[in-house]
Amino acid sequence: MTMATTSTPAETLPSVKSDYLPILLPIVLAAAALPFIGNPVTWVTLTVAALAMGMMIFVIASGLTLVFGLMDVLNFGHGAFIAVGAYIALSVLGLLSGWVQVDSLAWNLMALGLAVVVAMAGTGLIGWAFERVIVKPVYGQHLKQILITMGGLIVAEQLIHVLWGGDQKAMALPTALRGAIVVGDFAVEKFRILAVIVGLVVFVAMMLVLNRTKIGLLIRAGVENSEMVEALGYRIRRLFVGVFVAGSALAGLGGVMWALYRETLTAAIGGDIMVLVFIVIIIGGLGSVGGCFLGAILVAMMANYTAFLAPKIALASNILLMVAILMWRPQGLYPVAKR
Amino acid sequence: MLNSLLSGDYPKSRVLSGVLVAILVGLAFAPFLFSGAAAINTAAKICIFIVLVASYDLLLGYTGIVSFAHTMFFGIGGYGVGLGLYAFGASWGVLAIGILIALMVAVVLAFLIGLLSLRVRAIFYAMITLAVASAFLILATQFSEYTGGEDGRSFSVPPVLRPGFRLFEAPVFGVTINGRILAYYLVFISAVVLFLLALRVVNSPFGRVLQAIRENDMRAEALGYRVVYYRTVANCLAAAMAVLAGAMSAIWLRYTGPDTTLSFAIMLDILLMVVIGGMGTMYGAVVGATLFIVAQNYLQKLMGTASAATEGIPLLPKLLHPDRWLLLLGVLFVLSVYFFPTGIVGRLRGEKR
Repeated sequence: MTMATTSTPAETLPSVKSDYLPILLPIVLAAAALPFIGNPVTWVTLTVAALAMGMMIFVIASGLTLVFGLMDVLNFGHGAFIAVGAYIALSVLGLLSGWVQVDSLAWNLMALGLAVVVAMAGTGLIGWAFERVIVKPVYGQHLKQILITMGGLIVAEQLIHVLWGGDQKAMALPTALRGAIVVGDFAVEKFRILAVIVGLVVFVAMMLVLNRTKIGLLIRAGVENSEMVEALGYRIRRLFVGVFVAGSALAGLGGVMWALYRETLTAAIGGDIMVLVFIVIIIGGLGSVGGCFLGAILVAMMANYTAFLAPKIALASNILLMVAILMWRPQGLYPVAKR
Repeated sequence: MLNSLLSGDYPKSRVLSGVLVAILVGLAFAPFLFSGAAAINTAAKICIFIVLVASYDLLLGYTGIVSFAHTMFFGIGGYGVGLGLYAFGASWGVLAIGILIALMVAVVLAFLIGLLSLRVRAIFYAMITLAVASAFLILATQFSEYTGGEDGRSFSVPPVLRPGFRLFEAPVFGVTINGRILAYYLVFISAVVLFLLALRVVNSPFGRVLQAIRENDMRAEALGYRVVYYRTVANCLAAAMAVLAGAMSAIWLRYTGPDTTLSFAIMLDILLMVVIGGMGTMYGAVVGATLFIVAQNYLQKLMGTASAATEGIPLLPKLLHPDRWLLLLGVLFVLSVYFFPTGIVGRLRGEKR
C-alpha cells in the first residue's frame, strides 16, 4: 500500500462496466411483436398499456426487491399492502367524492394525491408494524419467513374483509382522468399516461436516492455485502426498517394505481399481481432496482401482447419469458445480491 | 406387525396415540357412526386431505422445500381421472389409465420444475412454483373446451361406486351398503395405504437424508449426498402422491374443477394444516387435516353463535362472523410458526428443536 494509491483513488478504482445489453430487450420485444400484431395503431395502444402496467408492477416490485437484497427477506405478504393501500384510497376518495366528481383536472389530482398520501402513510405504518411483529423474529430463516409472511397475508386479507366488507367494490376514476386523448389515429387513455408519469417519477427518484445520497450508498453497499456495512459501524437493521417501510408505502401506491386501472377492488387484488411481481423480481435479479424496472416493462409487454394475440396463454407466456431469461442469465438480468 | 406397519415411527405420546386412534376409528366407521351425507362428506374430505397434507409435509417438513405448486399436482390427479371418465365413459380401465397419465404428467412436470429451480435456494423455488401454479390454474380455466373451464366437469364413476348400487340386499347395522359407501371405503383404504407408505418413505434411509438436507444442505452435500438429486426425487414423490389424492377427490366428488382442486385457497389450506398439525411429523398431517376440516365445518357454526351473542359491541361481531373463521386459523398459524414450529404433534411429543 503506497501513498500514491490512496491519494488518487479515482485512478486506482476500476470503473464499473456498464451493461447495456438488457436494455435492448424491451425494444427488441416491442419490435418483434409489431409484425404479429400488424396494425400499428393497435400496437401503439398495446405498448402504451404495457408501459403503464409495467410502471405499476415496478412501483410494487421495487420495494420488495430492495428488501430482499438488503436483508435477505422475501415478503410473501407484500400483496397485503397492495390491497390495504387500495382500500384506504377507496375510503379517502369516498370522503372526497365532491372533488372526484367535479370535471376539473386540478381538483381530481388533488383528491387523488391526498388519497395516495394517506394510503402510503397507512401502508408505511402497517409495514413498520409488520416488520416489527411478523418479520423481525425470523431473520435468517427462509422457511419460516415464507410461512410467516404468508400467514400475515391471510390475516391481513381477513381483516380487510372485517373492516371494508367482502364484496367487490367499484373504484371509479376521477372524472377528468376518464377517457382517452386522441392524436390522429392513436388513442391513449389518460390514466395510463398518468401511471407512466408516476412510475417514471418513482424510478428517477429512487435512482437519485440510491446513487446520489449517503443513505442510497449505504443501501447499495448493504445489498452487496451487509456484514461489511455493519462492520463499518452502520446499523443495517435500522436502515432495513426504513427500506421496508418505504417498500410497503410504494406497494400501497402501486395498489392505488392498480385498483384505479382495473376500476374494481377485492381483498384478493394483491394476489393477482404478485405472481407477475415475483416473475419481475426473478427476471430483474434479486436486489436490483434497474433490473426490476426492465423486468417490469418486459413482463407487462409480454402480458399485453399475448393478451391480444393469444389471450389464453397470457401468464404462461411470461413464465416462458422467465425461463428464457434465466437460461441466458441464471441470476437475472442484473445480478446484485450474491447470496 | 404394528412396528412394520408404522415403520417404527410410533406416535410416542399417550395423548397423541389416543387422538390418532380416535381419528382412525372415526374415519373407519364413519358411515355407521354418523348419519347424513354431510358427515360422510366431511370424513371423505379428511381422508383425501390427510394424503395431500402428508405428501406436502414430505416436501415442507422433511426436505425443507416450500412449494406453492402442490395444488397443481392435486389438480392434475383430479383432472386426469375426471376428464378421462368424462370423455371415455365410466369404467375401471379408464380410471386406471387416467391416473397413470396424470402420474406421468405430474412427475415430468415436478422433475422439470425441480431441475430449473431446486439448484438454487428455497425462496426461488417458492416464487417459481407460485408462478407456475398460477399459470396452470389459468390454463385449466381458459381451455374450457377440454377442461370445462370455471365450471369444471361432472362425470359418472364406475357403476359399483354409484349411489344406486347395492352390495347386500339387507342393511348392515342399520346402514344400506350402497355404492357411495363403497366409494368412501375406497377413498379411506387408499388414504390409509398411502399414509403408511409416506411413513415408510420418511423413516427409510432416504427419508433420513431428506431430513439431513433440511437441517443443513451444505453438510449433507459434504457428506456425499447429491442434494439436488434427493430434492428432485422428494419433489417427484410428493407430486405423485398429490396426484393420487386428486384422483381420490375426483372419485369421491364425481366432479373436478378449478375451485375444488387448483385454487390458491386450497394451497393456503394445506399450508395451514401442515403447520398447525406439525411440520416434519407425518402424524401432524392427520391431526392438522382433521382439525382444520372439522373447524371449517363446525367452527363456523360456533362463531355464528358467538357473533350473535356479542351483538352491540363494536367490531367484535364482525371479527367473529362465521365467514371469518380463516382469520382465527391464520392467527393460530402465525403463532404456531413462532411458538411451536413442530405443531400440535411436536407439542404432544414434547420435542424441542
